[in-house]
Amino acid sequence: MSYDKTLGEALRRQGVSRRGFMKFCATTASLMALPPSMVPAIAAALEQARRPSVIWLSFQECTGCTESLTRSHSPTVEGLILGQISLDYHHTLQAAADSAAEHAREEAMKENYGKYLLIVDGSIPVGNPGYSTIAGISNKDMLLETAKGAAAIVSVGTCAAYGGIPKANPNPTGAVAVSDLIKDKPIINVPGCPPIPVVITGVLAHYLTFGTIPELDDAGRPKVFYGETIHDRCYRRPFYDKGLFAESFDDEGARKGWCLFKLGCKAPVTYNACATTKWNAGTSFPIQSGHGCIGCSEPNFWDLGGFYKALSVPNDPVTLVAGAAAAAGVAAGAAMAMRNRKAKADAKSKHQTVTIDDLEK
Amino acid sequence: MSSTAMDLLTWVRGPGFVIAVAIFLFGIVLRLIEIYSLGRKPDLAVARTESRGSGGRTILGRSLPPEGMLKRSPITYIGGYIFHIGLFITVLLFEPHIELIRNLIGISWPGLPSPVVDAAAIISIIALIVVLANRITDPVKRFLSNFEDYLTWTLTLLPLLTGYLAYHHLFLNYTLMLALHILTVELLLVALPFTKLFHTFSLFAARWYNGDISGRKGVAS
Repeated sequence: MSYDKTLGEALRRQGVSRRGFMKFCATTASLMALPPSMVPAIAAALEQARRPSVIWLSFQECTGCTESLTRSHSPTVEGLILGQISLDYHHTLQAAADSAAEHAREEAMKENYGKYLLIVDGSIPVGNPGYSTIAGISNKDMLLETAKGAAAIVSVGTCAAYGGIPKANPNPTGAVAVSDLIKDKPIINVPGCPPIPVVITGVLAHYLTFGTIPELDDAGRPKVFYGETIHDRCYRRPFYDKGLFAESFDDEGARKGWCLFKLGCKAPVTYNACATTKWNAGTSFPIQSGHGCIGCSEPNFWDLGGFYKALSVPNDPVTLVAGAAAAAGVAAGAAMAMRNRKAKADAKSKHQTVTIDDLEK
Repeated sequence: MSSTAMDLLTWVRGPGFVIAVAIFLFGIVLRLIEIYSLGRKPDLAVARTESRGSGGRTILGRSLPPEGMLKRSPITYIGGYIFHIGLFITVLLFEPHIELIRNLIGISWPGLPSPVVDAAAIISIIALIVVLANRITDPVKRFLSNFEDYLTWTLTLLPLLTGYLAYHHLFLNYTLMLALHILTVELLLVALPFTKLFHTFSLFAARWYNGDISGRKGVAS
């Protein structure tokens, strides 16, 4: 597809109606908490935008992030913008392979140097470059080379944003996040395992409309999508406040849809938009389908101590250490007791008896 | 990328908690054995009065203000009661806390709705501040106070305050505040056996002993 075509023309060619396009713009504006007056501005900006060049690099990942974007039941505008219009290079999706694919990447880099968006999913192994290579190029080399000409980088998925499952203890490949290697480019983290598709296109739309990246939180995530915990937006929250909890996955509480906190739900410490935007075209999200949140958009969520342990209980086994500590306490207490008794006995033995005769001397 | 908050939370829920519980148990067992092993010389004298029940009555009696004291020192009694009751409600009747206790020792009981616990927590915090102000402004109390009094006050306030702030998402993000909340509880656990906070364990035994020995000496309560 030629680069001079505007996004509006490209979308129309894909059969997206004006109504569908405006609907997408309105949804994006409302998701990003922008006023309705911004909708025409977004529409105008996207309409006129030259199709953005996007290079997508996949490193140590499971393809779940790509699946999340591309396997929706009906093709969406966001899917089209990203999947069929923008992508110049996505080695999982594109038909070309090996050197032909690498050629596409190099060409896109050359033509849009300094302007393209780089999307990365997957973590980068730095332990041994051989753990993950593409066309004989190590992930680290490819990232460093491609990042040089990028306007901004979007780390899609928890692996790219924070290391994800490859980085989980004991991290056999020495996996790191994109932000661990790239320090001189704006990086937008869109974590989740997988992330919500609309967040990615929201970030893209924001970039095309305003020419800037959205405001980020201290974990590098766009605040508009990751500003609140799932717990605070959860429809089951009233049950938490009332003290009504499911104690197992098949008890009465579970059937009545009570809070899943005791079953290990990590929603109180998970910042994501699942409870509001939901998944599969707004159908549902994990808690709605009866399973606690596993905290997949948080750094190191695999090592948080177990998906089924309540947030308020300890991660590590306590009993053995506690027993040993109590036993040590008994020993130390006994030693103290001996010392005190000895002090008492010494005082007693040193005690001199004084008689009337002594005093009258 | 900053993952400090989650890392801290993982530490306080993991190794931090184990360390705190270990020091706490070690200290409690050590001090209980030390105190109870001291013993007393056999009392060879005949008891001055029939002292049976005197210990038990003292446990109860010392919990109530002696005549006239409520008027003379209302903040001590009322503030103290409000703080302690609020603290018990907050610590023992908040569902996530009960879940922790159930996980550790296997027993549990019904909790209260979180807005009720929330109210108890803020009332406790206010009571703590009032008794501190009273301690500082009252010349006698100020004279009697030392570093340990202010340290234990701070260690008691911090878990209440951080818990309250976390619940309301104030100042810091929830993850970091929750981590600080658990961390301050762990500091409290570590300090408890070795400071006057040990009254949690020694209070009733000490009262019983005072009542009983006084009873034998002729001032039965």
